[in-house]
Amino acid sequence: MANSEWPLWEVFIRSKQGLSHKHVGSLRAPDAEMAVDNARDVYTRRSEGISIWVVESNEIHASHPIDADSLFEPAHSKVYRHPTFYDVPDGISHM
Amino acid sequence: MAELNIKELERRFQEKIDNDQKIEPNDWMPERYRKTLIRQISQHAHSEIVGMLPEGNWITRAPNLRRKAVLLAKVQDEAGHGLYLYSATETLGADREETIDDLHSGKAKYSSIFNYPTLTWADMGAVGWLVDGAAIMNQVPLCRCSYGPYARAMVRVCKEESFHQRQGFEIMMTLAKGTPEQKAMAQDALNRFWWPSLMMFGPPDEDSKHTAQSMAWKIKRSTNDELRQQMVDITVPQAEMLGLTIPDKDLKWNEETKQYDFGEIDWNEFWNVVKGNGPCNKERLDARRKAKENGEWVREAANAYAAKQKMKKAS
Repeated sequence: MANSEWPLWEVFIRSKQGLSHKHVGSLRAPDAEMAVDNARDVYTRRSEGISIWVVESNEIHASHPIDADSLFEPAHSKVYRHPTFYDVPDGISHM
Repeated sequence: MAELNIKELERRFQEKIDNDQKIEPNDWMPERYRKTLIRQISQHAHSEIVGMLPEGNWITRAPNLRRKAVLLAKVQDEAGHGLYLYSATETLGADREETIDDLHSGKAKYSSIFNYPTLTWADMGAVGWLVDGAAIMNQVPLCRCSYGPYARAMVRVCKEESFHQRQGFEIMMTLAKGTPEQKAMAQDALNRFWWPSLMMFGPPDEDSKHTAQSMAWKIKRSTNDELRQQMVDITVPQAEMLGLTIPDKDLKWNEETKQYDFGEIDWNEFWNVVKGNGPCNKERLDARRKAKENGEWVREAANAYAAKQKMKKAS
C-alpha cells in the first residue's frame, strides 16, 4: 500500500450526562476529526454515547504490569484508610 | 523480576487463568498463547468481514423497505464486529494490514459457512436464524474468555447479534406462514444451510487439534461437539414451530440422554470447503481483494485531507 497505515486511536465514550468517559476500544483513522467520525459509526450505533474522546494510542503512557506490586501493594496494607477498620459501638448512628 | 525464568512466568500465568483472572495486553503471556489468540481472533474478524458478502448480495433486492433497512443495519454491524476484532488482534501486537493481507492471499482462514451461496431471499432468513444462531452459541462462552480485549469485544458482539438472529427467524416465520411457494422456499433454505451451520462449530472433538490447549488457557470454554449438540437441541423445536422439516432422517429425541441424536456430518465436504474448494471461496476472496484495491483512492484522499488540515492549523 502506498500510504502508511493510519495511526491508532483509543476511543472513550460518555454514555450519558453525569458519567465520565469510559474506554470502549480503538480504531484507525488519518486524523482526530475522522477518528471521531469513525468512532461514532463503530461504537455508538445503538445510542451508547453522547460524547466521544479520541486519543492517539501512542500518546497514552501506562504503568507496567511488572511494577504493579510496588505501585499498588502499599495500599493493601493500609486497611485503616477504610471506614470498616473502625469499631463503632451499637447505638451510635450517623457515623 | 527480569531474572524470572520462563517456567516460573508460565506457572504464574496459568495460575492467573486457573483463578479466572483476565489477561490484559501488557501482561506477560506465553508466545503460543499470543499466537493462538492472534490466529483465532483474526479468523473471527475475517469471518465477520467476509460474512458481509452473502447478505450484501440481497440488500438491493430486499422485498420491502423495512427488510432492506434491517438488512443494511445487520451488514453494517458485521463490519463493526470485524473492526472490534481487528483492534483486539492489534492489542496482541499483530499488524492489521498484514492480517488482512493474509486473508487476501488465502493464507488465513475464515468461517467456511460464508463460502456457500445465498440463492433466494429465504437464505437471508436461514442465515440469520441458523448461521447467526450458531455464531451466538460460539460467542457467548467467548465473553468469558481469558483474554480481556477479546472477551470485551465479544460482549459487544453478542449484544448486537441477538437482533440478527431474531430478524432471520422473523423472515423464516413470514415465509413459512406464506403461500406454498414461499414455504417451499423457506424449506429449501433450511435444507441447504442446516448441515453447513452444524459444521460451523468445527471438526469433532477427537479431530480438533487446538481444543485441549485452548480449553486449558480458557480461550475456549466449551468443546465443538458440546456446542453443536446445544445448537441442535435448541433449533429443532424452533423448526417444528415454523412447520419446517430438518433435513436429517436420523434426527431423533433420545429419552435417556435428554437430547437429540442426529445424523453423521459430511466432514469431507467440510474439509473440502476449508481447503478452498467450496462453491464461493474464490468469489469471496476476489470480492475482498477488489474492495481493498477499489478503496485505495478513498484512503489516499483521506490522507491528503488530513495533511491539508494539519497544514492549515499550523499556518
